[in-house]
Amino acid sequence: MIVKEQVKTEITPDGAPRETFVINLGPQHPATHGVLRVKMVMDGEYIVRAEPVCGYIHRMQEKMGENRTYAQFLPNTSRIDYLSAMTYTHGFVGAVERAAKLQVPPRAEYIRVITSELNRISSHLVWWGAFLLDLGGFTPLLYAFDDREKILDLLEAITGSRLTYSYYRIGGLYNDIDDQFIKGTRDFIAQMRPRLKMYKSLVTDNIILRKRLIDIGPISKDMCRKYGATGPVIRGSGVPYDVRKIEPYSAYPEFDFVIPTVEDGDSMARYLVRMEEMVQSLRIIEQALDKLPAGPVMAEKVPRVLKLPAGDYCYAVEAARGRFMVRIVSDGKEIPYRVKLRTPSLSNLSLFEEASEGMLLPDALALMGSLDLVIPDIDR
Amino acid sequence: MNADNPLAHLPIPFQAVDYAAKGYHLDATVPPDQVVSAAAQLDKEGLALDTITGVDWMAQGQMEVVYDYFHPAKALRVVLRTRIPRDNPELPTIRKVFPGADWHERETHDFFGIRFLGHPNLTPFLLPEDANYHPLRKDFTT
Repeated sequence: MIVKEQVKTEITPDGAPRETFVINLGPQHPATHGVLRVKMVMDGEYIVRAEPVCGYIHRMQEKMGENRTYAQFLPNTSRIDYLSAMTYTHGFVGAVERAAKLQVPPRAEYIRVITSELNRISSHLVWWGAFLLDLGGFTPLLYAFDDREKILDLLEAITGSRLTYSYYRIGGLYNDIDDQFIKGTRDFIAQMRPRLKMYKSLVTDNIILRKRLIDIGPISKDMCRKYGATGPVIRGSGVPYDVRKIEPYSAYPEFDFVIPTVEDGDSMARYLVRMEEMVQSLRIIEQALDKLPAGPVMAEKVPRVLKLPAGDYCYAVEAARGRFMVRIVSDGKEIPYRVKLRTPSLSNLSLFEEASEGMLLPDALALMGSLDLVIPDIDR
Repeated sequence: MNADNPLAHLPIPFQAVDYAAKGYHLDATVPPDQVVSAAAQLDKEGLALDTITGVDWMAQGQMEVVYDYFHPAKALRVVLRTRIPRDNPELPTIRKVFPGADWHERETHDFFGIRFLGHPNLTPFLLPEDANYHPLRKDFTT
């Protein structure tokens, strides 16, 4: 929709009229995948200024954190970034376990890694399908959802949910995995590896895709740092920042995997990082299944009513979109005094205004898609 | 060089913290007029802005503003805090140092009513555009 009042005409020094106008992208728009609005001042097809307007699905998750117990807040953590629910629950239970000094059994930590990495692959597959849909290719989405379905079936069998898992509990897991899950996951790894090779020859090497992404929307290392961009965005700018390596948590130090980085900083770089991350996640899952220890999946003597010692506690995890951190401030009661959720999509989108300046509108949409936004993750 | 505090050469009163217990390495409380210079020093050290938030300490009549930083290349999580009076919660913005602070400060203003002086657009970010309430203040009632 063009806002008439904001149309501005000025005469440039060489006498030609230069007209800018405002268009609203969203809040309901197929290219924004959720209720995000971007107010764009345009000069023809070029962006003068693109200001994201957030908050359309704000639910005040942090207030909800202040009026219920730690265990009662747990289901909320699956509903912030709904595509990466495992890692978000991990961040929250991790913070509580850190404060309560709970020892999580090794088997539970291994299963957390397996399920988090499966969740990362399923999240990247949604991004892959949806991103290519933005760029005009419909078919890849069908392939992506075909593979993702297998992950959802596996996770559904052990968690009871297909999206909002809430599978991790304070001190361990809701239940143990079974032989069927282990066999199903091994089968999935065997199927997924050739599929990723096919994705490469089918899509990644496609000349039309490469022309849409290479050199489009460059983001520098320094811009990532100034805006706090993390995840595949900072790694696509050549910085090997990954919470799993830099602030190791859970059982991640026990596995051999690399952090893929690409130096270019363009949309193609972010694309390539995510494609390689799926390969690495498969490696991690395979190792975790090989070394899976026996034992319980729940810490002993987790108090039914949990009171954390007064103080503040942080726990960061590497979610599919980047650094997710929970800060809990406790005053010693059973209800948190403050729960802060630091979400990666907010920081990743905050650089969009600066990065999109002067870009063609369709290129800016490629840039936005390469940021892999989940709107409830921004709005919370 | 202090092993516990790799930023010991900065004039910020950092305390080393047990990472395993707290989830960060360094913690400092500074007066509100020093948050900008502290941000500039951490910027020079190559740290990245993690997030900004508030905590309402109603019983003490204070608001705490918490600045989180992380280092993109090494395990170094830095927490910088400041306290301001609850009845006049004002402090300078750091968005000139870290442009990413723009949204975090707007969000903190939404939730706590903390005013970041010098911020050009302290309008509701996540709350509705006509919101005149601050839901994370402890005396907030619906």
